[in-house]
Amino acid sequence: MKRHRCYFLVGLSSLWVIAFLGGCSRIPLLDPKGPVGDSERFLIIAAFVLMLIVVIPVFIMAFWFARKYRASNHETDYAPKWSRSFKLELTIWLVPIAIVTALGILGAIETYHLDPYKPIANGHKPVAIEAVSLDWKWLFIYPDRNIATVNQLVFPAKVPLSFRITSDTVMTSFFIPRLGSQIYAMAGMETRLHLMAAEPGTYEGQNQQFSGKGYSDMFFKAIAVSPKEFEAWVQKARQSPDRLDLAQFEKLRKPSLGCPVTYFSSVRPELFDRIIDKYAKTRDGNSNAMIKKFGSAQIKAAASEGN
Amino acid sequence: MFGRLSLSAIPFDYHITMIAVGGSILLGLAILALITYYGKWTYLWKEWLTSVDHKKIGIMYIILALVMLLRGFSDAILMRSQQAIAAGTSQGFLTPDHFNQIFSAHGTIMIVFMAMPFLVGLMNIAVPQQIGARDVAFPFMNSLSLWLTAAGALLVMVSLGLGEFSKAGWSGYAPLTELKYSPGTGTDYWIWAFQIAGIGSLLTSINFLVTIIKMRAPGMSLMRMPIFVWTASATILLMLFAFPVLTAALAMLTLDRYLGMHFFTNSLGGNMMMYVNLFWMWGHPEVYIVILPAFGIFSEVVATFSGKRLFGYTSMVWATAAIMILSFVVWLHHFFTMGASPDVNVFFGITTMMIAVPTGVKVFNWLFTMYRGRIRFTSPMYWTVGFIVTFVIGGMAGVLLASPPADYVLHNSLFLIAHFHNMLIPGALFGFFAGYTYWFPKAIGFRLNEEWGKRAFWCWIIGFYLAFMPLYVLGFMGMPRRMDHYANTAWHPLLLVAASGAGVILLGIFSQMVQLFVSIRERNTARDLTGDPWDGRTLEWATSSPPAVYNFARIPVVHDIDAFADMKEKGIVHQRPDRYHDIRMPKNTAKGFVIGALTFLFGFAMIWYIWWLAIVAAVGILITVIARAADDDTEYTIPAAEVEQIESRRYRETASTASSHLSGGENTPEPLPQV
Repeated sequence: MKRHRCYFLVGLSSLWVIAFLGGCSRIPLLDPKGPVGDSERFLIIAAFVLMLIVVIPVFIMAFWFARKYRASNHETDYAPKWSRSFKLELTIWLVPIAIVTALGILGAIETYHLDPYKPIANGHKPVAIEAVSLDWKWLFIYPDRNIATVNQLVFPAKVPLSFRITSDTVMTSFFIPRLGSQIYAMAGMETRLHLMAAEPGTYEGQNQQFSGKGYSDMFFKAIAVSPKEFEAWVQKARQSPDRLDLAQFEKLRKPSLGCPVTYFSSVRPELFDRIIDKYAKTRDGNSNAMIKKFGSAQIKAAASEGN
Repeated sequence: MFGRLSLSAIPFDYHITMIAVGGSILLGLAILALITYYGKWTYLWKEWLTSVDHKKIGIMYIILALVMLLRGFSDAILMRSQQAIAAGTSQGFLTPDHFNQIFSAHGTIMIVFMAMPFLVGLMNIAVPQQIGARDVAFPFMNSLSLWLTAAGALLVMVSLGLGEFSKAGWSGYAPLTELKYSPGTGTDYWIWAFQIAGIGSLLTSINFLVTIIKMRAPGMSLMRMPIFVWTASATILLMLFAFPVLTAALAMLTLDRYLGMHFFTNSLGGNMMMYVNLFWMWGHPEVYIVILPAFGIFSEVVATFSGKRLFGYTSMVWATAAIMILSFVVWLHHFFTMGASPDVNVFFGITTMMIAVPTGVKVFNWLFTMYRGRIRFTSPMYWTVGFIVTFVIGGMAGVLLASPPADYVLHNSLFLIAHFHNMLIPGALFGFFAGYTYWFPKAIGFRLNEEWGKRAFWCWIIGFYLAFMPLYVLGFMGMPRRMDHYANTAWHPLLLVAASGAGVILLGIFSQMVQLFVSIRERNTARDLTGDPWDGRTLEWATSSPPAVYNFARIPVVHDIDAFADMKEKGIVHQRPDRYHDIRMPKNTAKGFVIGALTFLFGFAMIWYIWWLAIVAAVGILITVIARAADDDTEYTIPAAEVEQIESRRYRETASTASSHLSGGENTPEPLPQV
């Protein structure tokens, strides 16, 4: 029996060792490509090592006590009444408290440091991107460039990215594992995320929150390129015959599976705010913010949708 | 006439479902035929379905849990097979709609219809006996709770063949569960099954709280209660405070769906994060509702089979209380990624990590109970040691996820799936299996086969590691949960390993079925005539196996924490009282069963918009409740002479076994089948 369990342990630990050392480059979270992901990896490994201080003694004691105090071993000091020891109890409370305190402090510092709303300062002006999750694809608007894409995110490496994120459907979660943090996309609400790629490359991007039938297809490529290549790519997108006006957006937001990568050479101004604001309307179809922004005629046109 | 219900509701094109439905119906018919053949209908009705005896209700709860375990596990096998196949361009053998129903049903069933009935069943069998009581405080309500839970479970089963089940996950996040995004009957099945079972759980919690507070044997102060009673108390308090939140959240979602309200919709003032908050305000305590009784079982098992008092009883009680309280202030860690301020995330991150402290204390307490013990490695002890070793791995993963920045990358990944299965399978389920084996002779009268029990253990634990360790790695590889297919073939090899793990667990479940079969066949060789097959330490072992309907002919007086061990030491276990008294016991009643059946009809009618039937069922429920309230003749008397007869028979049986502790005064472990 004991031998079986040893095999487990060996198998288990080798799995971890393989995971941590062997195939790191194939494991996105252990081989991040940006500062956010780097810090998160550091935190995970540090916390893991700290916890081993408690966990390894537990493993040892479990096997050692189980073996030594088995009923068939008569050479032990059986003490049926021994059930308390102040020193021991103090230790088993204090050691976990100490470790959790350390982990708590580490976690708190890193939470402030890695706040997704906190801009990344590296001297460059961030690239603004507005991400909208639709059924079942991602729309990326580049407000400063007046272009938009579907299911492909191209951006310069070594330049901070400043995301505004919302959803025009159910709740989803925007996530590029190699770059770090994810954040929810929710209709009628805006969330923020700041990421940066440290080197050019093509990274997997995805929706991390189940959103119905087409959820498994909500992947996109996040492509980090050099600033020069990025400008060239912007020019290429501007050549696209498709323009993202309201009519086009209505077509786009209809549920669809496997939507191909699409470029739009222009975007209706303030489309992102409009997507958020349409959910803010009251039952008679008006909201002050909307009237200010769009005037009442357009609101009536949009009043038929919603929920 | 039939609302939305028509023949097209039967999913003929889902072949797997139709096979399952056909199989279930055939099995059901076979069971009905057997009951008729052996003429057991009266027996079934009089002795079981209408019973208010906590021991029988406990057994029925556990039967329900085991049946639902098979259903939930079938779902798991389907998911693992689908993910083992659907790599690259393959779409697998399940459509997204079907796959989404399967994982939604798996979660709902395993938590609400497997774990909950299992723990409530074990509580029913053990708690009243451990506190030296004759029944629970409200025996009728106990029967009602059972039949409400069963009604919910039946709704889930019916959804297989009529209509569909929810496609929005067991947590049913709005607005995906709103009418606009989930127009079918699936979400309604989920709502009503969940809601009805939840009300059953709420009634259970009230019942057991009163039982534990009011019905303890003389001398059993709070700090002398067995640890299982303590953990059950914590669970009950959690249920009492958490379930109303779920009831309210589901009621609001119901209003959204049925009356066009806007609690959780995207627009018109609805807020889906409010649903998510409410759901986890129930959902996180629910995790501890499920796991705390298992901790209690491990505590009982480790003390009994180490032949030793539990180490650090007081620490254990305080640790349980700390977990109970902390579990109410951690719910936000389920959505650190919603964009709350770092202040909020830090608060909930630290409270979550704090739970690791009392949990760690418990682990050390179990270890130091084994220390200087004389450990008999029976299968309950196997489950316990397997649990301790495996659970700490899940604990590490949990503390990792409690750190908000780590959660930002691991949230909703397979790492999370691995983590909570690592908590709930070794943590809760192994505990229930240990409890099932430990209390089986008490409830039924004979021991389970040890050999097959240990085989089951090895299959479960090896299968568990194979199935879930790859998921930890896959989480680091960025694989989200709930994928019906995936283009990234790098994930494929590990998912094949995970699928093989599910296969090994299947062997474990098979071993448990064989174990039950073999044990029943060989019941005469494993009969427990002493009432104390394991050399137990708490009062449930003072009764016969199975106990008389009144449990204790004379209510015991408690002088120590391990009351029964104390009695054995003083040699007063087999002292017969000078005379017996009349005992008042609750009468059986069909009303709990009737209300359960009517509630099922009500739920079914609401799901299919058959309004007239819903009204009829609701009125029927009301009438039955009034009839019960007006019934003053709910108890009967067992005369002293009959009690004496029953007790004399028991003493004759006990005397016929040359049990070592009959002489009393010495704490010698009874010989056990060695494997």
